[in-house]
Amino acid sequence: MTSNAFIAFQKNEETRCIVEAIVDDNPDAVVVDQPAMVKVDVPGRLVIRRTTVEEKMGRDFDLQELQLHLITISGHLDESDDEFVLSWQS
Amino acid sequence: MDMKVSKKLGLKERYTMMTRDLAWDTTFQPMDKVFPQVGYEGIKIHDWDQWEDPFRLTMDAYWKYQAEKERKLYAILDAFNQNNGHLSVTDARYMNVLKLFLGSTPPLELMAARGFSMVARQMVGAGPRVACMMQSVDEYRHFQTQIHSISNYNRFYNGMDEFAHQQSRMWYLADGKSFFDDAITAGPFEFMVAIGFAFEYVLTNILFVPFISGAAYNGDMAAMTVGFSAQSDEARHMTLGLECIKFMLEQDPDNLPIVQRWIDKWTWRGTRKLASVGMMMDYMLPKRIMSFKEAWEIYFEQNGSALFNDLARYGVKVPKCFAQTIEEKEHITHQSWIGFYMKPDACPFHTWIPAPDELDWLSEKYPNTFDKYYRPVLEHFDRQEKAGNRFNNKTQPMNCQVCVSTIKFNEPGDPMEMCFRETVYKGEKFHFCSDHCKEIFEDEPEKYVQTFISSHAALQGKCEPDGTDVNAHDYRPGARMHAYWRMDKRAAGDFNGSEDQKNFAQWRDQATKN
Ligand SMILES: [Fe+2]
Ligand SMILES: [Fe+2]
Ligand SMILES: [Zn+2]
Repeated sequence: MTSNAFIAFQKNEETRCIVEAIVDDNPDAVVVDQPAMVKVDVPGRLVIRRTTVEEKMGRDFDLQELQLHLITISGHLDESDDEFVLSWQS
Repeated sequence: MDMKVSKKLGLKERYTMMTRDLAWDTTFQPMDKVFPQVGYEGIKIHDWDQWEDPFRLTMDAYWKYQAEKERKLYAILDAFNQNNGHLSVTDARYMNVLKLFLGSTPPLELMAARGFSMVARQMVGAGPRVACMMQSVDEYRHFQTQIHSISNYNRFYNGMDEFAHQQSRMWYLADGKSFFDDAITAGPFEFMVAIGFAFEYVLTNILFVPFISGAAYNGDMAAMTVGFSAQSDEARHMTLGLECIKFMLEQDPDNLPIVQRWIDKWTWRGTRKLASVGMMMDYMLPKRIMSFKEAWEIYFEQNGSALFNDLARYGVKVPKCFAQTIEEKEHITHQSWIGFYMKPDACPFHTWIPAPDELDWLSEKYPNTFDKYYRPVLEHFDRQEKAGNRFNNKTQPMNCQVCVSTIKFNEPGDPMEMCFRETVYKGEKFHFCSDHCKEIFEDEPEKYVQTFISSHAALQGKCEPDGTDVNAHDYRPGARMHAYWRMDKRAAGDFNGSEDQKNFAQWRDQATKN
C-alpha cells in the first residue's frame, strides 16, 4: 500500500486558493475538512506548483509564503522556486 | 555601455551560499576539539556536506515570514481579548484544558529552545547548525506566545499563576519534565531523535493539530491562533528531525543499531507523554471533534507507518512498542482521567464525571473498551459523589523510574490487571510502568537512578515549603505538599460548585443582559 503524503493548512482565503491548486495538480488528492483547518492527502507524492497557485490567486506567489499557513506535513520535502514536493519512497 | 545584470539566484543556490559558503573549518584548534560532542555517542559521520537541507529558508525570508506570523497572531489575540473572548468558549470546564496546557507545554518549549541552542553549537555541519538555531528561536517564540495568550484567562480564572513554580515540583507535570531532562542530558544526535523525531513528529502532530482544531471548535480563538502559529514552525522542525535520522543512517552502517535503540526508546517515551494530551481530547474539551484513538490512528499508526516503511530501506524496524501502543490507544485516556478524578486535592484544575451524552459519545468512540471497563467505574463514582461520598485518594502515587508517570496503566493483554515491573540495581529496587521503561533503565541505569520523583522525594523530607524544620520531633513528611506546590485550593477538586463555574455563569449573564 502506498503511504499518503499530506499537508494541512489553517483555513483562510489564501489557503482556499492553495488547496484548489493542489487538487488541480494532484488528481488523487483527498481534501479533509476539519474545524479551522484543511488537510489534503495524496498517495505517494504531493506537489504544489507555484504557477498554479498564482493562477488561482491572480497575483505573484512565492512558495515560501506557505510557511504562513502551514500546520503540518508528511513525507520527505523538496523545495525549489517552482515546486514544493512531499513524497514517500515506498 | 550596457550593464550585464546577472539573473537572481535560485532558492537552492541562495541557501547553499548562506550555509556552506559562509562556513569555515577552524585552524587555531583542530575541528574535533572545537566540536567534541558529536563523537561521544558512537555515531560516525564522514562527510557533513552530505546533509540535505529540507526547508531552504534563508535569514531574510525567515525573519520576514516569522514577523508576519507574529503580527497575525497578535491581531487575533487582541481582538479576542477586546471582545471578552473568554466568555464565548463552550463552557467553563474548558478553562481546565488551558490550566493543564499551561503547566505542561510552555516550559517544555523553553527546554526545546535551550536544547536546540546547545545542539546548534555542537553540530559540525553548517546546514544543521543554521536549522537548529532557527528552531531554537522558534521555540522561544512558542514559549512566550503561549504564556501570553493564556495570560488573559489568568485574570479571570483560578489556578494558573504558579505554573512556573509548579513545573519542576508538581507530580503530574513530571512526565514532560523528565522527557526533556532526559533528552537534553543526552548527546546531540540522541537529542535530535528525541525532540526532532519523537516530540515533533509524534507528539506535536497530535497536540497542535486535532487538539488545537478542537480548541477552535470550542470557541477558544486565543489557543487556536497560538497553537496553529506554533505548529506552522513544527512542520519545519519535524523535517529537520527526519533529515537527521536519514543522515545518520546514510553516513555509516554502524549507526543503525544506535539509531534503532533511540527510535525504540523515544517512541515509547513520547507515547507515555501523550496519555494526558489524549485525555484532554476525550474528556476535557466540552465539544469534541475527534477521539484520541482516531487521532492516534491518523497521526501515529498511518503517518508513523509511512515513515517506518520509508526508513526500512536503511534497515530500520518498526519500534518495539508499536503493537503495545495500538492496544493501549483504547485504554490510556480513560485510565488517566479516572486517575486525576481520584485525586481532587492534588491538582490545580477541576475534574468531573462526563454528562450522560458525553458518556454515550465515549461508548460510541471506544466500542471495544468503554462500556466494558470504564463506564461502570465512572457511573459508580458519579453515584458515590451524589450520595455525598466523593472518592478521594489521599495517598502518594507510585511512579515509574523512567517516564515518571504514575503507575496506573494496564498489563498488556489484560485490562483488569495493573502493569508493574521492578528491577534491582546496586542493591536498590526500582519500579516501572512497563517492560519498555524497564529496558530503557537497564540500558543506562546510572542515568535513571537520578530521576527526581516528587512522591518518593516527599517521603524523604525533600519536598517542603521554605522554613520547614525536617528535624522537628512532630515533623510529618509530605504533610505540607499544598504549600510546597503553592496550590490554589479554589482551583482544585470538583468543577461542580467551583468559583470558576459560578463566575463564568455570572459574567456570561452580564454580557448578554442589561
Ligand atoms: Fe515548539
Ligand atoms: Fe518544535
Ligand atoms: Zn514508564
